[in-house]
Amino acid sequence: MNQIVDSLQYIKPEISAAIFLVVIVIVDLVMGKNKKYLSPIMIIGLLVTGFFIIDQFKFSSFAFMSENNKYGLLSIDSFGSFFKLLIVFSSIIIVFFTISSDEIKKAKERLGEYYTLIWGMILGMFFMIIAADLIVIYLAIELLSLSSYVLAGITKDTLRNSEASLKYVIYGGVSSGIMLFGISILYGITGTTNIYEINGLLQSQQIQGLIVTLSAILIFAGIGFKISVAPFHFWTPDVYEGAPITITAYLSVASKAAGFALLFRFTKITFIDSINADGSWNIISLIDWRSFLIIISILTMTLGNFAALWQNNMKRLLAYSSIAHAGYLLLGLIAFSNEGMMAVMIYFVIYAIMNLGAFFVVMLIANKIGSEELDDYKGLGKTAPVLTVSLGIFMISLIGLPPTAGFIGKLYLFLALINSNMILIAFIALLNTVVSVYYYVRVLKYLFIDSSEKEIAPFGVTIPNLILLLILVIPTLILGVYFTPLVEFAKYSITLLGF
Amino acid sequence: MENFPILSLLIFLPIIGMVLILALPKDKDKTIKWLTLVITGIQVILAVIILFFFNFSLGGINDPSSFQFVEKLRWIEISGLAWVGKIKIDYFLGIDGISVVLILLTTIVTFIATLASWNISKSLKGYFALFLLLDTAMLGVFVSLDFFLFYVFWELMLLPMYFLIGVWGGPRREYAAIKFFLYTLLGSIFILLVMIGLYFSATETLVDGSKVFTFNLLALMDPANYNVTGILSPLNPNNLRFIAYIALFIGFAIKIPMFPFHTWLPDAHVEAPTAISVILAGILLKMGTYGILRISFPIFPEITQQLAWYIGLFGLINIIYGALAAMAQKDFKRLIAYSSVSHMGYVLLGMASLSTAGITGAVLQMFNHGIITAMLFIIVGIIYDRTHTREINAFGGLANQMPVYTGFVMVAFFAAIGLPGLSGFISEVLVFVGAFGNELIRVLTIIATLGILLGAGYMLWAFQRIYLGTLKDKWKELTDLTFIEYCMLVPLTIIIIVLGVYPSVILQFMSASVNAIVKFMANANIIHSSISTF
Repeated sequence: MNQIVDSLQYIKPEISAAIFLVVIVIVDLVMGKNKKYLSPIMIIGLLVTGFFIIDQFKFSSFAFMSENNKYGLLSIDSFGSFFKLLIVFSSIIIVFFTISSDEIKKAKERLGEYYTLIWGMILGMFFMIIAADLIVIYLAIELLSLSSYVLAGITKDTLRNSEASLKYVIYGGVSSGIMLFGISILYGITGTTNIYEINGLLQSQQIQGLIVTLSAILIFAGIGFKISVAPFHFWTPDVYEGAPITITAYLSVASKAAGFALLFRFTKITFIDSINADGSWNIISLIDWRSFLIIISILTMTLGNFAALWQNNMKRLLAYSSIAHAGYLLLGLIAFSNEGMMAVMIYFVIYAIMNLGAFFVVMLIANKIGSEELDDYKGLGKTAPVLTVSLGIFMISLIGLPPTAGFIGKLYLFLALINSNMILIAFIALLNTVVSVYYYVRVLKYLFIDSSEKEIAPFGVTIPNLILLLILVIPTLILGVYFTPLVEFAKYSITLLGF
Repeated sequence: MENFPILSLLIFLPIIGMVLILALPKDKDKTIKWLTLVITGIQVILAVIILFFFNFSLGGINDPSSFQFVEKLRWIEISGLAWVGKIKIDYFLGIDGISVVLILLTTIVTFIATLASWNISKSLKGYFALFLLLDTAMLGVFVSLDFFLFYVFWELMLLPMYFLIGVWGGPRREYAAIKFFLYTLLGSIFILLVMIGLYFSATETLVDGSKVFTFNLLALMDPANYNVTGILSPLNPNNLRFIAYIALFIGFAIKIPMFPFHTWLPDAHVEAPTAISVILAGILLKMGTYGILRISFPIFPEITQQLAWYIGLFGLINIIYGALAAMAQKDFKRLIAYSSVSHMGYVLLGMASLSTAGITGAVLQMFNHGIITAMLFIIVGIIYDRTHTREINAFGGLANQMPVYTGFVMVAFFAAIGLPGLSGFISEVLVFVGAFGNELIRVLTIIATLGILLGAGYMLWAFQRIYLGTLKDKWKELTDLTFIEYCMLVPLTIIIIVLGVYPSVILQFMSASVNAIVKFMANANIIHSSISTF
């Protein structure tokens, strides 16, 4: 009992998230049709939560330990805080997106549920990031999934909206089932659900490698579904296209970040033998985790990039682009070094900024012209210069060309990869970048080179939206030429409890 | 003068101009044009000032102390941890005899290209903003002494070029623009990989005695800086330097463009507007050969020596193939584009000789070819503006109708052929002298002389078909040169004639650097072999 009370201080951000979830429900109930207080409460809640995260940024401890055990259910460390902060940041951005989204305005009566479920997602993601126990991992993923299933169909406005939601539920249900199976196998052979203990047992006991590999791959199915890597990516384009764009953006950034944080913790804790002085990890010999991830990574980025070539819908295009990016991000894990981990953290901040930016512009354009089809984007360069130039910058950054932030993200990934002597993989990834140029630049072609058949009156951006846009555009450019603070921040927060 | 950051001013002046242009209202067409002209004009003046203060006796190449107008600031500095070293990247600019020539070329050609853009009417603001961004990127490449900085400028060039071809180009502009983009980016990834490989192979000792991985090109040229275990270290038993060299070479060769990576060039040239063709042929192609000379040669000297014959061979193929392809063209602009392929072959051949005469010839050829093709593309542009066709067989007898224009055409054509007294001659002779002197590539050189013959063939044949003979009725209305066209052609003609008669004007700047690089390459073998034995 004492332990539980002691542990509460470590989960202040989660408690804060849970309280604000309830606050939103109550305010929505009390205020009835008046929805104007919900968004400000969201922002306040996120800022408070963010404050608690920063407050305990440098903590390094287990929470909820049992009596006879030196490991706990949750591990509180700066690595987790880093990703939680990233999630709070993207949530704040998403709330602002929501305020100016026409799609959500149409379903205004459901705004209370909408925000409640976002808090549900946040809570799920927070626990995913800090979970050190297979059961907590599973519960956190389910909490995240159930909230996002509903959110994907929240507007009930169009058929594709409901379709997205249903597809998400089916794919999600299957993959979490597979994951649970993997967890049960791992529990069966080790007798524990704590990943730190599992690591110890895998190192010390005679266990068949094949079974460990099987269970790891099954567990990976659940995580792979969240980060949308091939072959668990099938839901991504449909859900991204069907869901309201605010949720699409949120899924592509926040829930991916949580998935990657979980994957890193799970891999680093469960399968690592020791860490060398130069920061590279030694994997236990039972399992060839690296080869598996290499295959997944190359498959994912190639599939994502090639499928994106044929897309004519901006949301689908960005969906495939986010699949390809999941492939690049896996490269950081494949490096199996602290450097690779740092590279992924750097990449994620940049990816969050540029991807949210791209979705924001797509949303603002859709508000005006009512379409996300590339054919309708023709000639928009003339009618909406501010929006389209920003979109252009985000596209360039997604390619990874200097002097944008995307280049720095990729550079760090490749630095880590080449330092682990995986030149061939780096080369394949770079070839993939060349393929990706074609579809990103195609967007630019539609915007600036083609001319529109229809007459569209020039439109600009409202001041608040312009400010938000600048908040996303400026770092995309600045971080490309001056990235010291970002790298320092990633380095500062790289401590992962355990190793 | 010593401490004035003239190079930064030179490369970032266009950025200031770009910001001003973007701030101007849309309908100020005249102001935008004049602003660009003034900025590129100031750049020419700055380049001349640099020449004026340039010390001929300093060689540069691998010696930091003999670079001039050096600016070195710490740009990125990230302290290390137990498992990750300190990271530092410098903002490191400096020029030697090779870069100073190319800076002069860039500023002159950009200024002329601004004049050539005078008739652009479609979204003028965007055009000149991108034009100035391109200007910054090009100059940045020629003055960077840090690989990272070099790469940033190298890539920065892509996007403005894509739009300049894609928006303001001809009917198949989209295809040409994306082809250019993809091809160049493919080259860039090779460069990026080698850059990262080199980064992890060598360390630089800082002032405080600590050692850090480095992107500093000059530090990378010193074999003593390499770690035994570095991927691209000459000391590494299974070293990958050979593969890295070829990768880097391909990266640069795409830009030259070297056969068989040249296919983007004719498309890009034909579709690009005149001014952009001028920049493309006049400056961009030189970046490839400049990169080889500045990075590949001094960082991998021992492999350069091993592969010199192949470089010469590809030079030869470029010369002959380009000439033959040019001969077969029916489109005037395509013909000039292929002649560029042929002429860049001389640069490769001259570099492959690794001799003073050959490399001097190569660098001079870069400059001369820049000026001559700039003029040739302007010539094509002038006739296209009036007739809206580039079909060679559609013309005939234009000399009667446009005598002054044809006079300038003769200067440019004969310079391209290599007629004595004009600038092209000097550089080709130097290339041949140098290449013939190197026994290794002597046979190649002898075959390459065929290129002169072929060059004269396609040029004179084209001249005959377009300018001689009887004038067709439909061209009876054509007018001779306008004032702006004079402004473009006269300076270029003067340069071509002056350098044909008195090439020392340019040669004096580069001689110390060329000597330095030749000496460095010759000594490299000894240093490298002594290291690997011990």
